[in-house]
Amino acid sequence: MAIELKMPALSPTMEEGKLAKWLVKEGDEVSSGDILAEIETDKATMEFESIDEGVVGKILVAEGTEGVKVGTVIATLTGEGEDASAAEAPAAKAEEPAEKTVAEEPQQGEKPAEDKKPAESGTANLASEIKTARDPELPHGTNMKTSTVRDALRDAMAEEMRRDPRVFVMGEEVAEYQGAYKVTQGLLEEFGPTRVIDTPITEYGFAGIGTGAAMGGLRPVIEFMTFNFAMQAIDHIINSAAKTNYMSGGQMRCPIVFRGPNGAASRVGAQHSQNYGPWYANVPGLVVIAPYDASDAKGLLKAAIRSDDPVVFLENELVYGRNFELPELDDHVLPIGKARIMREGKDVTIVSYSIGVGLALEAAETLAAEGIDAEVIDLRTLRPLDKETVLASLAKTNRLVVAEEGFPVCSIASEISAICMEEGFDNLDAPVVRVCNEDVPLPYAANLEKLALIDAKRVVEAVKKVTYR
Amino acid sequence: MPKAKTDAPVAENTDAAIDEADFALRSLQQALDADRRYVPSKEELLHLYEQMLLIRRFEEKAGQLYGLGLIGGFCHLYIGQEAVAVGLQSALDNSKDSVITGYRDHGHMLAYGIDPKLIMAELTGREAGISKGKGGSMHMFSVEHRFYGGHGIVGAQVSLGAGLAFAHKYREDGGVAMAYFGDGAANQGQVYESFNMAALWKLPIIFVIENNGYAMGTAVKRGSAETHFHRRGTAFRIPGMSVDGMDVLEVRKAAEVALEYVRGGNGPVLMELNTYRYRGHSMSDPAKYRSREEVQGVREKRDPIDHAKTELMGMGVTEESLKEIDKRVRAQVAQSADFAENSPEPSAPELYTDVLVESY
Repeated sequence: MAIELKMPALSPTMEEGKLAKWLVKEGDEVSSGDILAEIETDKATMEFESIDEGVVGKILVAEGTEGVKVGTVIATLTGEGEDASAAEAPAAKAEEPAEKTVAEEPQQGEKPAEDKKPAESGTANLASEIKTARDPELPHGTNMKTSTVRDALRDAMAEEMRRDPRVFVMGEEVAEYQGAYKVTQGLLEEFGPTRVIDTPITEYGFAGIGTGAAMGGLRPVIEFMTFNFAMQAIDHIINSAAKTNYMSGGQMRCPIVFRGPNGAASRVGAQHSQNYGPWYANVPGLVVIAPYDASDAKGLLKAAIRSDDPVVFLENELVYGRNFELPELDDHVLPIGKARIMREGKDVTIVSYSIGVGLALEAAETLAAEGIDAEVIDLRTLRPLDKETVLASLAKTNRLVVAEEGFPVCSIASEISAICMEEGFDNLDAPVVRVCNEDVPLPYAANLEKLALIDAKRVVEAVKKVTYR
Repeated sequence: MPKAKTDAPVAENTDAAIDEADFALRSLQQALDADRRYVPSKEELLHLYEQMLLIRRFEEKAGQLYGLGLIGGFCHLYIGQEAVAVGLQSALDNSKDSVITGYRDHGHMLAYGIDPKLIMAELTGREAGISKGKGGSMHMFSVEHRFYGGHGIVGAQVSLGAGLAFAHKYREDGGVAMAYFGDGAANQGQVYESFNMAALWKLPIIFVIENNGYAMGTAVKRGSAETHFHRRGTAFRIPGMSVDGMDVLEVRKAAEVALEYVRGGNGPVLMELNTYRYRGHSMSDPAKYRSREEVQGVREKRDPIDHAKTELMGMGVTEESLKEIDKRVRAQVAQSADFAENSPEPSAPELYTDVLVESY
């Protein structure tokens, strides 16, 4: 029987990819280890290798096809002695857009594929299709273009590097590899190896070198492949970068940006899936930023690079590939320390940041359909926290929920709750409710991961609780 | 299954690669061994002597003020190690080189010519202190003098120092960074991360291990598998030098050898300065881990200040003029103590300043 070659998942977050190039043609004999095709993921171009021996039967997805879903049958392979022409699907099928996955076409006699399909992972909880509204703070008549968060971050760095020769980027795989998550793509080409620097795998060391370089007058942008790895370097972020200005009586500054993806990705387990926002937000002397959409990512990263203070800039891998409106301005710099009202409402306030904002907006849509008008606030900066915007919204809605993709204990949600209690008590018509991940290390199993992570449904339920609905 | 585009190359690690001709990690040691001591003019040695004496008297006074409760917290004295900072600093170019050290930092600052009044006032936690009283003994800085601290986390200054060197190289300003750390800090992992990158990128840095024999209370041989610290850069191809840190002229000479190599764009040097601290690790350390005889032996036979004094007298400097220097130094220290005791404490609003540079 013919073997079906399916579009492979080539990264934890890949859902679809481009079939860039076939390296074999129908009728070719292949053996295990031969490269069959090149596939472009959102991060890199990968080679797709055969694990079986046989003859290429039918190529079902033409090269150049974009958006091929993981699991789609892209070609067939016949085993030794089999007739290649007998095994293939109808020829016309190769022309069809390869939308259907094998799961939807179970072979006769086999159990329906759905049964074999693993449970949806927690990533599904965090997905959001909602586009953010245009930031009302933008100058009137600003042209907008569509950009991924990834490109917005890259453009922010490139623009600041053009503007200030002291700015450089350092980290693992930032230069020749073009960034582990492609965020630094193209920077090496434009700025060369003295300003885009690949480091060995040595987080503590290069965080210290970056911090020392900032003390010495440069403006480093230090990329952590993820903030999970920054735990090896947290001593320099906190003890060296955050405290020196104070300890030196304001003499010695440390204008540095530590940036990289933070929070849960997809099925990468507990050591690769933590939101460190609350950790850094605990430390005086640091600025902590965690943007959601492309406009904020760009405008705030530019502000972070220009700041004379050390900044921890928390990105999110699951958001890198999302498209948003991005203002076409020569110099799009946003204020640090200002929350953004993402959606106005009068019945309840949902406070969130980073990937949680998408969920809060999803929840607000659902609630609107049920007659509950939710205001959604994106904190954007976790330190200094924009209490005024939160408290003003609370004064208007009298009910508040915090949605945070992270552990609940000693969280940003805890802090917001305390602020509302201490400074907004008289405006509260119901206790503040925290919607966070479950208080467990993030599990690997898809079903457990899904149970552990927050989702829009939980936000909706919490809102109903505080609105007594 | 799919895989990344290129196969990892098989590592090449042949004997030939190890034995290549230019891999001469002892070349600097040999250069020093061939000519171990700097030959100073009388004036130069007098200056070095006075600087060492200033550190000694300053630290004695600091110890006294600590006993009186005027200095709080941790206070680590540099007594015994004076020749290290003074000898090394004397070879640096203060207009472009930068220095960083750990928590035992008073001596380095004095050797750098920073006003003892500002240092003492920091020790007593006064607003006139170099960090406005907000840093204390372990956290002092002078960007003006390119002295970058004063760091309380053992070993952190090594990576930070490599960062200063990175900045020198990036700006192509010709400066060299000097990062001081102890035999205890030499066992921190980040030290070797920094060695690797400094050698890989040929950063202009001199790593200075002040081996005073004890990591707090742990004797070197109880905490270090390799007690010859100057060899610790070998795995990173960093040439090492073992230097008598009790002889200010040997220290000076060694610094010149190292600086010439680093300024030549050859990358880092690792210097081990063998020295001794007479006092405990900090003021609260009774130093029960070593014998009184051991300390006394070093004081009598190897004291850097006595050593320089003998040498000066050999050059024809009179007892009177040395007494004159001692008097001057004592007066300077007394003045700084007076200043430090009588300056006001920081005003309460200072509590909230300098947390961040900007307002958001």
